Amino acid sequence: MTTLSAARRKGQSPTARRDRKDWKGWVFIAPFAIVFLAMIVVPVVYAIYLSFFRDQLVGGNAFVGFANYVSVLSDPKFWGSLGRVSLFLVVQVPIMLVLSLIAALALDSARVHGAGFFRIMVFLPYAVPGVVAALIWGFIYGDQFGLAGNINHLLGFDLLQPLSSNWILGSIGNIVTWEFMGYNMLIFYAALKVIPTELYEAAEIDGAGAIRTVFSIKIPAVRGAIVIATIFSIIGSFQLFNEPQLLKPLAPNAISTYFTPNMYAYNLSFSGQQYNYAAAVAIVMGIITAVIAYVVQLRGTSQENR
Amino acid sequence: MKNGLRSARTWRRISTVIAATAMVGGALVACSSTGTGSSGSSDDVAAALAKGGTITYWSWTPSAKDQVAAFEKAYPKVHVKLVNAGTSNDEYTKLQNTIKAGSGAPDVAQIEYFALPQFALSKSLVDLTSFGFDKLKSDYSTGSWNDVNIDGGVYGLPQDSGPMALFYNKAVFDKYGLTVPTTWDQYVADAKKLHAANPDAYITSDTGDAGMATSMIWQAGGHPFTVNGTKVGINLQDSGTKKYTAVWNQLVENKLLSPVAGWSDDWFKGLGNGTIATLVTGAWMPGNFEASVPDGSGNWRVAPMPTYDGKAANAENGGSSQAVLKQSKNQALAAGFLKWLNNSKASTSIFVKSGGFPSTTSDLESSSFLNQAPAYFGGQKINQVLVDGSKNVLSGWSYLPYQVYANSVFSDSFSSAYTNGTSLDPALQSWQKALVSYGNQQGFTVTGK
Amino acid sequence: MSAASDSTVTTRTVTTRTPTRPPSRAARRMRSSSKSGAPRSKKSITLTIIMVIFVLYSVVPLLWLIFNATKTQGDLFSSFGLWFGNTMVLFQNIGQTFTYDNGIFLHWFGNTLLYVVFGAGGATLLATIAGYGMAKFRFPGRRVVFAVVLGAVAVPGTALAVPTFLLFSQVGLTNTPWAIILPSLISPFGFYLIWTYASEAIPTELLEAARMDGAGEFRTFFTISIKLLAPGIVTVLLFAVVATWNNYFLPLIMLSDPTWYPLTVGLSQWSAQANGAAAVPIYNLVITGSLLTIIPVVVIFLLLQRFWQSGLAAGSVKQ
Repeated sequence: MTTLSAARRKGQSPTARRDRKDWKGWVFIAPFAIVFLAMIVVPVVYAIYLSFFRDQLVGGNAFVGFANYVSVLSDPKFWGSLGRVSLFLVVQVPIMLVLSLIAALALDSARVHGAGFFRIMVFLPYAVPGVVAALIWGFIYGDQFGLAGNINHLLGFDLLQPLSSNWILGSIGNIVTWEFMGYNMLIFYAALKVIPTELYEAAEIDGAGAIRTVFSIKIPAVRGAIVIATIFSIIGSFQLFNEPQLLKPLAPNAISTYFTPNMYAYNLSFSGQQYNYAAAVAIVMGIITAVIAYVVQLRGTSQENR
Repeated sequence: MKNGLRSARTWRRISTVIAATAMVGGALVACSSTGTGSSGSSDDVAAALAKGGTITYWSWTPSAKDQVAAFEKAYPKVHVKLVNAGTSNDEYTKLQNTIKAGSGAPDVAQIEYFALPQFALSKSLVDLTSFGFDKLKSDYSTGSWNDVNIDGGVYGLPQDSGPMALFYNKAVFDKYGLTVPTTWDQYVADAKKLHAANPDAYITSDTGDAGMATSMIWQAGGHPFTVNGTKVGINLQDSGTKKYTAVWNQLVENKLLSPVAGWSDDWFKGLGNGTIATLVTGAWMPGNFEASVPDGSGNWRVAPMPTYDGKAANAENGGSSQAVLKQSKNQALAAGFLKWLNNSKASTSIFVKSGGFPSTTSDLESSSFLNQAPAYFGGQKINQVLVDGSKNVLSGWSYLPYQVYANSVFSDSFSSAYTNGTSLDPALQSWQKALVSYGNQQGFTVTGK
Repeated sequence: MSAASDSTVTTRTVTTRTPTRPPSRAARRMRSSSKSGAPRSKKSITLTIIMVIFVLYSVVPLLWLIFNATKTQGDLFSSFGLWFGNTMVLFQNIGQTFTYDNGIFLHWFGNTLLYVVFGAGGATLLATIAGYGMAKFRFPGRRVVFAVVLGAVAVPGTALAVPTFLLFSQVGLTNTPWAIILPSLISPFGFYLIWTYASEAIPTELLEAARMDGAGEFRTFFTISIKLLAPGIVTVLLFAVVATWNNYFLPLIMLSDPTWYPLTVGLSQWSAQANGAAAVPIYNLVITGSLLTIIPVVVIFLLLQRFWQSGLAAGSVKQ
């Protein structure tokens, strides 16, 4: 992560040198570290342990080595779900981030009437729990009597079918965009606000127009924030669960039990009692997510250094 | 309007409870149950009830609250903690979790018939023969008693039953000149005629539902699942199944089924405004109509299930039992509560009043039940049709020992057939393949034909 | 979006850094919000219209919620979504929401508050103390702490949910408030934010002076440092509150007794109540309940606007 290099630099910075080098720091770290160990490290280790066993309804528990992993890697349902969230990722995340960036740039330009009002209004959906967002949109999506249905009736034909299998991924993408657009906008906005004035002054001397300022100064300057937002959006996409899970009763044929990797792991565990296999799925997913996040971060920083 | 109706129902329920408890409260303590006399460990049950204690009961039945209140009135020393842990699959997931966790399970839980074998065979439930409950057989309709009898044990007492029937919207039938079908061929003909006359209207809604499909296969005389201990056979292309798909494929392939998912808000609306003209479902449906489809009042009627060859045949759809969990620390008390709950007039009368369809023969055959003529159904004596239907339920059906899982992955196999309007047979084969492979992974010996 | 709405994942979601810039203070003069650049202060109609579209998109679903919270179940089925129905029963709906099933909604509300106070409060406390420790002390193993916490950010929630459930059930924590509170206590995002914030906001000289005076480390922390950290703490707290308030996946798995449900799980159960043989659809209560669930968070955000907006901005300045 970008934070890594920044923090490492900080660790060796002259201000820190005068801090005391002894065990006292651990007194402050310890409470966090203990809970962290118990709530994150132990479950991960336990998940790895579980993934080496198979527990059957008939026949009991047995050590199976890497058999679960071999199955995961050749499981079309797993790859199907991964493909689906990948598609989601490459379509939804750029759209959301570009929209967020446009909104942030518009607000930052100081050329919008009532910027403060717009800022808070666009941010509001972030305060809506994902569950509630899925419920609201589920009602709106009803293509017979929901808002989508109202519009279809006005038009006289079925233009909108948000719950059909062709539309469903986009419909979910819409919910996610709605929830997180304002949030990402604020992140970008906060980053834009701290661009040093000297840069603008330099640009003005060069005679750069507004558009050029955006592309040659503003966007490069918030690249760090964009990389971070991208990484978190990738993690979020790979963990997609609430929205499809809550829409499933409304669109049973468009959303399968393995629609996303997270839904697959959930249903394996809690409908199929295949806890061990689910653990293997989760571990593989964790590794894939970490690798992709790392690659994005690496690319993000290497471009910065160019 | 809806609210008015609801509060009226609430008042009716409250007064029912008051009446029931006043009437039966005292009498119950004296004679512990109206069921046939039982002996042996039933003494333990009586002792546990007298001693008292606290038990937890998971249920989503709307009348559960009133039943529990009446029970506590009759047995003041017993406290029943009623928990609504979710409906159907949501509850099973939580039940399964507590079983896996080894603690946290309730003493008594509501479990639908299709799910009962899964919990019974995983040794999570108490075999109630040890409390002499096997002697209660004659109190229940044959179909529902068969459902709680698994591998020679009694793993629950039936709460309600769901012999199937055809619910149809008479107003729609009259308007489009449809005949009430007695055979499935007529049903398909009606479906075509209706949809041709009004493209917004459909004969019924079906977006693929495991409970519906298995019941329809059952009604067609199919036996796709055979279970013998841990040996399981699956044949979702047997002659009965093919009879069903031969009819239903015509509806699916010609897009004659409403694409609205069952139990969604759109679905309730469709039942009210006539765009969904019939429902093929269990006898527990009338209560849902009255409570949740106010717009359909006066329009709906009940007819016997259409047949394939003119010979009456029926199946069960839905229906629940209550069972005692192995985890229960006071199984005798739990059994005592269960017996009162599903085997006493005091309790079943509350259940029936709330709109449920009972499984106890005394309730099914009582003249007050048979002569009910609800205005919602145009004064039709619907219970006579439904009870008649219960007598034609075909025997020999069994569910898989992992039917909860099977149903949860049903739409994975059927989604493309329903969305693209293609034959259900490949979907059934794909479902079978998934079930065979899951069963074998779980240590059963499963053979697919 | 994130499945694992447990705070460990969701709260990670804000780190606004612009590490491109060298950490020299001179270069970091903030532009004043009034913006001095004269040519850019002219208001633009086009940009304003663009923002109006953004706001409409964000607000229409919330308007839908408000309109439909005023309707009876019958009207919900028959009236247009973005206007009032034939009857106006908002207050009856609210009353019913609070009284339905012996007032279980209020119970859920209380549970959510409990989880928020102890979960988000605890997470903020732990993150603040630890972040401060990271920033102001050199100690053996510091690098390891850093690497491990960083690695944890990449672990997806699914990988944790199932094993955490199994572990908790073995020690009897499932179906208790602990099952929700304990995992909520970790906020890697909060940890980072406080760490970076403390590095800048608390001059090491000040701490040295306090130590000279003989003040203990904890006294120094609670009397001096915590005040300087306040804006960072408020920001971390707010986002931890949202994460806990919105938590769904974890309680869904951990809890089976509705008396311990938070609002999110309760509402989804109400919504699912329309299914199956004994269906009791209460869409009007689901909608009204959703509205009531959102209001407190929205109010908190609006009231504390100035704090968290400056906290976020500060988060990107102080690094």
